[in-house]
Amino acid sequence: MTALLAFASNNRLVHLATVDLAIIVFYFVLVLAIGFYLKERANTGEDFFMAGREMTAWIAGLSFLSANLGSLELMGWAGSAYQYGILAAHWYWVGAIPAMLFLALVMMPFYYISKTHSVPGYLKLRFGESSRALSSVSFAFMTVLMSGINMYSMALVLKIVLGWNINFSIWVSAGTVAIYVALGGLRSAIFNEVLQFVLIWAGALLIPILGLVEAGGWNGLKARITANASAEYTHLWSTLGSAKDNPMGIHWTGIVFGLGAVISMGYWTTDFLVVQRVLTSKDMRAAKMAPIIGAAFKMFVPFIVILPGLLALAVLPMKLMPEAQAIATGGHSYNEVLPLMLARYCGPGLLGLGITALIAGFMSGMAGNVSAFTTVWTYDIYRAFIKKDASDQHYVSMGRWCTVLGVAISIGTAYLVMDFKSIMDYVQALFSFFIAPLFATVIIGMLWKRASPAGGFWGLLAGTASSVAMWAWVKMDPSALRYIALSPDAKDMAENMYRALWSCIICALLTVVVSLLTRPKPEAELKGLVYGATEIPPESYVTVLHRPWFWATVVGVVFVALQIAYW
Amino acid sequence: MKAGGSISIWFFIGVSLLFNGVLIFAAGIYQYLQPPETPTVLFNLHAGIWWGALLAILGAIYCLLYRPSRMKS
Repeated sequence: MTALLAFASNNRLVHLATVDLAIIVFYFVLVLAIGFYLKERANTGEDFFMAGREMTAWIAGLSFLSANLGSLELMGWAGSAYQYGILAAHWYWVGAIPAMLFLALVMMPFYYISKTHSVPGYLKLRFGESSRALSSVSFAFMTVLMSGINMYSMALVLKIVLGWNINFSIWVSAGTVAIYVALGGLRSAIFNEVLQFVLIWAGALLIPILGLVEAGGWNGLKARITANASAEYTHLWSTLGSAKDNPMGIHWTGIVFGLGAVISMGYWTTDFLVVQRVLTSKDMRAAKMAPIIGAAFKMFVPFIVILPGLLALAVLPMKLMPEAQAIATGGHSYNEVLPLMLARYCGPGLLGLGITALIAGFMSGMAGNVSAFTTVWTYDIYRAFIKKDASDQHYVSMGRWCTVLGVAISIGTAYLVMDFKSIMDYVQALFSFFIAPLFATVIIGMLWKRASPAGGFWGLLAGTASSVAMWAWVKMDPSALRYIALSPDAKDMAENMYRALWSCIICALLTVVVSLLTRPKPEAELKGLVYGATEIPPESYVTVLHRPWFWATVVGVVFVALQIAYW
Repeated sequence: MKAGGSISIWFFIGVSLLFNGVLIFAAGIYQYLQPPETPTVLFNLHAGIWWGALLAILGAIYCLLYRPSRMKS
């Protein structure tokens, strides 16, 4: 395989030495070995789709985070940090931590007690079959697109950095994911995600360390960014008073309400890609602790993602540019920040580990998408609407084939992504279509007994449709931005934040109105699904140090301290 | 958490860190003895040596703590 990798290289940003290729090849061998090793533990539906529901809080928590930490995260947000400055850290802090803690303390008990296998599965129990059908189809659609985005990111970095042929990169990496997930199911995906999480940190951590040494510490970094770009790039909140005062063109209400209250809540609490990992926890306490552990690590991910973007602003001799401009002029695009920084600091061996970190990020993201897609397709679409009474073995077999099919569809969608100017803007648009309204539906369903099946369905449909309509309106008439994003200066990301906010509000309003006009479910059918109709086990039998509330408070205090420190 | 039969997740992670650490450390030593014509920025810090050693030590600790024979007992 080493010879094959060397053969696939031609034009490149860096040259890999034999030791680098050995590290990359060893990584592929190890993840495949894990898949084969776990095959014997993936014989039943519960094993294949839910990893036997026996994961500890640490494993579920790290996997919960790693499934989100794809190459898209690593490269896209490093590029966004170069483009927008430290404002990009909002997507890791206010755009993640409160939502993860909310999932742990408020929503997880209902997911766990209901013993659902998926988020669409919860909607079926709470609102009925039509809501499940709508959310499972939209989720399956979004998931394969996301998988394609991840694939594009990885193929791009391997092409730029190593000169590898795009088709070669896609087929080898996607094929590896298909094999280890199809063999070992969700357990194999989770197991590899924890390994990938460690490798990502081991491979990426040197960039900020060496970068800060070169820049002269945090103060030196700020001084260089002020000289090269603007002082606004190093302020987290103080420039958000007006959309004109910051590089992103966003007002603080967009960050707090659009990102913090809607998009991040929707993603971290209802996107089945991440929630599935927590559902594999061995007991209720582990299920509540897993997102808190994930949140604790999430707070420090900006150190390996956002900081390299800021360091690039400070130390790189060239100016990076948007993708289309880079292609036209032969320059480097924003999304090349991490590879450029890797090439700047890492010699033989370290370079191999850094590239392995990017490939690991791609694989963890793709495995997350594929395993979630497989579960939703098999349980919420195939078993619900196509073949209801097959044996457990039949569904496991369907899951294995669906894994391969999901990877194949993802490969096809990878080429769609190339037409979009910014990877992350595209992802945020997708989130606002599907995830933001879903959050309103799920949270109202969990907290309000009066919410009716008709209210849940029509609210979700209206929220999704309105989001797509607002997106189309701005595409056809750019001046509509002043209504959707409250400012004609808003950039794509700001528009996505507000569109998510409006679609969530529309979904919530319609859910409430239709629920009040239609018949709710009897209370007996809401047991285990809704606040007020569910008995949640007390935690008085464990010490304070073992209680989720205690650790959530610790994480919350550190989160607030970070906001103040980088204000 | 045990994977499959008796091997812990952390053992696999230890193997990965140990293997990578040893290779990176060896490459760092080689570069120290035979400096490249076009060195990377901050080459003088020899990051490969200390980063590789750190990963190898961590990997060895995890391999020992979570070795399959110990987990069975």
